[in-house]
Amino acid sequence: MSERITKNMARNIYFGGGLFAILVFAGLTVDTVQKIPELSHDDKITESVALGKQVWENNNCVGCHTIMGEGAYYAPELGNAFQRLGASDEQAFKTYLAGWMAAQPLDTPDRRKMPQFHLTQEQVNNLADFLIWTSRVNNQEWPPNIKG
Amino acid sequence: MKYSSQMVAKPYFIFALILLAGEIVFGLAMGAQYLYGDFLFPAIPFNVLRMVHTNLLIVLLLFGFMGATYYLIPEESERELWSPLLAKITFWVFAAAGVATILGYLLVPYATLAELTYNNILPTMGREFLEQPTITKIGIVFVVLSYILNVTMTVVKGRRTTISVILLTGLFGLAFFFLFAFYVPENLVMDKFFWWFVVHLWVEATWELILGALLAFVLIKTTGVDREHIDKWLYLIIAMTLISGLAGTGHHFFYIGTPGYWLWIGSIASAAEPIPFFLMILFAFNMAKNRRIQHNNKIALTWAKGTAIVGFLGAGVWGFIHTLAPINYYTHGTQLTAAHGHLAFFGAYVMICFTVISYAMPILRGRAHGNGVKAQKVELISFWMMVIGMIGITLALTAAGIIQIEMQRLPDSAHAIGFMETQAAISSVYAIRLAFGLMVLGGLLTYFYSFFVKEAE
Repeated sequence: MSERITKNMARNIYFGGGLFAILVFAGLTVDTVQKIPELSHDDKITESVALGKQVWENNNCVGCHTIMGEGAYYAPELGNAFQRLGASDEQAFKTYLAGWMAAQPLDTPDRRKMPQFHLTQEQVNNLADFLIWTSRVNNQEWPPNIKG
Repeated sequence: MKYSSQMVAKPYFIFALILLAGEIVFGLAMGAQYLYGDFLFPAIPFNVLRMVHTNLLIVLLLFGFMGATYYLIPEESERELWSPLLAKITFWVFAAAGVATILGYLLVPYATLAELTYNNILPTMGREFLEQPTITKIGIVFVVLSYILNVTMTVVKGRRTTISVILLTGLFGLAFFFLFAFYVPENLVMDKFFWWFVVHLWVEATWELILGALLAFVLIKTTGVDREHIDKWLYLIIAMTLISGLAGTGHHFFYIGTPGYWLWIGSIASAAEPIPFFLMILFAFNMAKNRRIQHNNKIALTWAKGTAIVGFLGAGVWGFIHTLAPINYYTHGTQLTAAHGHLAFFGAYVMICFTVISYAMPILRGRAHGNGVKAQKVELISFWMMVIGMIGITLALTAAGIIQIEMQRLPDSAHAIGFMETQAAISSVYAIRLAFGLMVLGGLLTYFYSFFVKEAE
């Protein structure tokens, strides 16, 4: 193989193929950016959802949990926490989350530990709203089952 | 050493190796926490350990790339580095910023660190691998720009080779895509989409260009094969990198709220991603077979072949295992992802750093023909300890992932086992993983020892 390809041919494959790949990827990016608002229900991002995302980020939740499958694999998936832990009931989920956050860290020897983050009531509420919004994103029916 | 300014590479190499030791120690601590949840808790919770572990990796690779560049660019350009002083300043600024950031992670809660560094003005924190405070990110931009300026000026004023131009292309790409780290929209889906522009387009596009260039350089030096021949291979490798790797980003856009066509595009394009890594194996072994000189630094060539093979296994094979959308539906976000991540980063990027260091360090220490036979023997032992250790970790995590998928993902909602119960069932596999982790640390310590082996004259 390598004898028939000259350096010039290889360079042309690099420039031609590279440029083609960049153009395709750029085109798909533009299209994706246009479609994301509808797929994610962008209009449902309230101030509380946005604040909840900041709570999520400022406490580095993704350092243990996954959200839509991305993050660390030390603690459960939270993209569908609303369905799994709140049975898709907003009030039930918020009550559950407030209780859960207040109870950390659990006193079970050598169970994986979640730190106490000292969140205010409002922050927990924001976080819940963020997770509820996330759970409604149209993401090709992932995860396969309720366990995440 | 042909040019005295190549000497600036030395502190970069040494610091990269120290950071690697730190990375492994924190990895071991995480491995222990997987088994004993109370280990180091609440002093250092898991998310902090992980952040330190992954950030040390990224920073050590950047130090490794910088050191490698400063070493090879003068030789490629046939002139002294444009500004050795700037390279020295860049080193200290980057090292100080890195250490300060790690201390920040360890000494205060993350939320406090966000507050202290005014994250609210330009929020960029709290995203996987990009946890650094905004001020650190800005610092990284300046460090990288001064580094690129230095390299560009050297290349422009000297001889231009395929290797140096491709290396520079990779560096410009690295700098450009890092800018997406500053874009954090309110919409999580949009956020995730562009987050991959940093993460994927670093490791599966621009860094591969850097990897290819560094590998080509060491192969030229240790085999004496004709440049025309090497250049041709290099072009083919990076052409396949871009063709498969750019659209291949799509394998991250399956289940995060992006359009469904990515299921097809991501699967097809990323199925081709092992090709450039496979070409690297052919490249390394072909050049070694057709070598024109017998370089005394045999271990450098061993690392070069090793990085090609382990990079192909980790990035190519272990990536391919779960890159097709219907499979990824079940594997997404399981320990299988961690298995792939570990072997890919080690094989492709940590090992290319070892390759360059193994080639360049003896020369920087005044041994033009490489270390003595004894030292190389010790280094070879360290090579195998680290490689076997990492493959062991990868196999253990793969087993963990398969069990996790079987218990937690495959059954329907009524029959699937929950996350925590599944994890408890896997704990013995995590113990095996930790044991292999200790072997990697042993390998690195052996590697350090090889620097101090005295030769009987």
